[in-house]
Amino acid sequence: MAAPASDAPVQKAPAPAIVPAIKDAAIAALITLGLAAPIMGLVTVQSLGKVQLEPHWMRVVLAVAVVFVGRLVLNLTLWAPRAGKSAPLITPEVEAQLKAVTRYAAPVALAIAVLLPFVPGVERTTVDLATLVLIYVMLGWGLNIVVGLAGLLDLGYVAFYAVGAYSYALLSTQFGVSFWLCLPLAGILAALWGVMLGFPVLRLRGDYLAIVTLAFGEIIRIVLLNWQSVTGGPNGIPNIPKPTFFGIDFTPGPGGFADTFGLTPSGVHRVIFMYYLILALALFTNYVVLRLRRLPIGRAWEALREDEIACRSLGVNTVNTKLTAFALGAMFAGFAGSFFATRQSLVSPESFTFIESALILAIVVLGGMGSQFGVALAALLMIGGFELFREFEDYRMMVFGVVMVLIMVWRPRGIVSSRSPSVFLKERKAISGSLVQEGHG
Amino acid sequence: MSAPLLSLRGVTAYYGAIAALKGVDVDVNAGEIVTLIGANGAGKSTLMMTIFGAPQARDGSIVYDGQDITRMPTHEIARLKIAQSPEGRRIFGRMSVLENLKMGAAVTGFAHYDEDLERMFAIFPRLKERANQRGGTLSGGEQQMLAIARALMSRPRLLLLDEPSLGLAPLVAKQIFSVVADLNREEGLTVFLVEQNAYHALKLAHRGYVMVNGKITLSGQGRELLERPEVRAAYLEGGR
Repeated sequence: MAAPASDAPVQKAPAPAIVPAIKDAAIAALITLGLAAPIMGLVTVQSLGKVQLEPHWMRVVLAVAVVFVGRLVLNLTLWAPRAGKSAPLITPEVEAQLKAVTRYAAPVALAIAVLLPFVPGVERTTVDLATLVLIYVMLGWGLNIVVGLAGLLDLGYVAFYAVGAYSYALLSTQFGVSFWLCLPLAGILAALWGVMLGFPVLRLRGDYLAIVTLAFGEIIRIVLLNWQSVTGGPNGIPNIPKPTFFGIDFTPGPGGFADTFGLTPSGVHRVIFMYYLILALALFTNYVVLRLRRLPIGRAWEALREDEIACRSLGVNTVNTKLTAFALGAMFAGFAGSFFATRQSLVSPESFTFIESALILAIVVLGGMGSQFGVALAALLMIGGFELFREFEDYRMMVFGVVMVLIMVWRPRGIVSSRSPSVFLKERKAISGSLVQEGHG
Repeated sequence: MSAPLLSLRGVTAYYGAIAALKGVDVDVNAGEIVTLIGANGAGKSTLMMTIFGAPQARDGSIVYDGQDITRMPTHEIARLKIAQSPEGRRIFGRMSVLENLKMGAAVTGFAHYDEDLERMFAIFPRLKERANQRGGTLSGGEQQMLAIARALMSRPRLLLLDEPSLGLAPLVAKQIFSVVADLNREEGLTVFLVEQNAYHALKLAHRGYVMVNGKITLSGQGRELLERPEVRAAYLEGGR
């Protein structure tokens, strides 16, 4: 295989032209002046019942100076013409090392996940946060079927999460059905809704599909908000029962979990139980997705993502293939939704806004579409990071915006961009994403 | 003579209001290589896709092996032992060569997968070297080999080949044509070939059709067409 062109010795760029650089920086500074003068320079103050303008020219001067100097420095360094494309941050050698590490990363991560509640120093809040992260890992893996494998851009994934959550909430509070019975039911209901969304959008792809799925997500949320008599409207459904441990409740009294197993009654038991429950659900999702990838249907999904016409002319029924992708993706969201409902004890439409869909999609895209480990890593980074930065409430969205942009600049195919083929000749060999041009397979 | 394997009668196809095919009659007999030549935009690839039901013919009939397939959905046609190597190759770029081939065998239920895989690697040794590589990283010629091999994995009786020489070096194109000739001679594979490279196609084919503006204007033996002054003027001289 040919080495990337960037391996060739990079010629030292000649001194960048200083005049155009200054000119460009001056224009940028001028624009900043125009924008900053009214916005930052003039502040309205109320004094003696009258609104007055108070000038703050120092700020404007600062802003203009920062833009001028910053732009000049960038012009002379990073953006200098003929500077050539800098060597990629992650060279194939580093990529190979990373690969060696990631081979052990997944088992190690699994071991940590299993042992987490018993690691000394891990508190209830940590286990709680880990539970939240795992919900998103599961949602990411579920959406990965639709977006990563089948290549159908779904912006309304949260709708299925909502269907799962409300299914459990309604069945348990209205009919007293237990969690263990509701879990499969919620999955089936969500899958049905997946098929219902799938049918009208069969002919759509890309942007158009994204718009319709976005609308679908909003429709579900608005129905939940307005169908007061069934869903409780904006108040949602409170007092959703918790699951039992094979029929044993997590109550402190006799017959409870602590009593049965001779433990000191503690609220932690339930937290740990919930953690293991979602861990099991997430691992189940992972197992199913990994299995499916090796089956004809999984390959058909990927082929569908690559080329629909070729797929059809090879005898693949694209209608069924798309619908199964939608249905299975939705089913896992349904499972996750009913878990979410029982964990929160309360569901309301607020939990199922578009931003949730966007977050799950961001996890899938940042993690590397199609990569199971990448998705888990991205979920940990995004959700865990969100919580870590909770103190910097005002800035965390900004920080995450910057992080997302940086990841997309350095790793345009996601954190884990290699895809291991589902069939092998002789040896297993992953194929690096960086060897293939973006958008060209 | 027995009925042709594939028979098109008065086939029309439209893109919106625009007629791409205006009543096409074509026969392909079992064991033949039949070629369809014509200029850009004559409707050659449309005809190929219409046989596969995308778009479906508006009028006329398409009969394959005694069965009317005019209104059949594409994926069902593909199960009748007709395979297509489509225009532009359309291989699955992010999937490995092996996965591409496995997709081709899907309609057979993988009954002869291992055997057929060995056969493909014998015909196209390059594919064996590249088996674990992504389809998108192959060269144009290798991609064309992969597209043909993928089609052959379904054990077709009729192979539809759309512009296999497109964008290939002359030497590579020649190699591909000779593989097609071998398959026809040794295994009796029936081939319907659409080509712009009229010279090679007519030399290879038993019979040929010339298409102009959605209509068949000429037909005859391959060599015979090659000698026709109107064919020479339009498709060979200066075009070679």
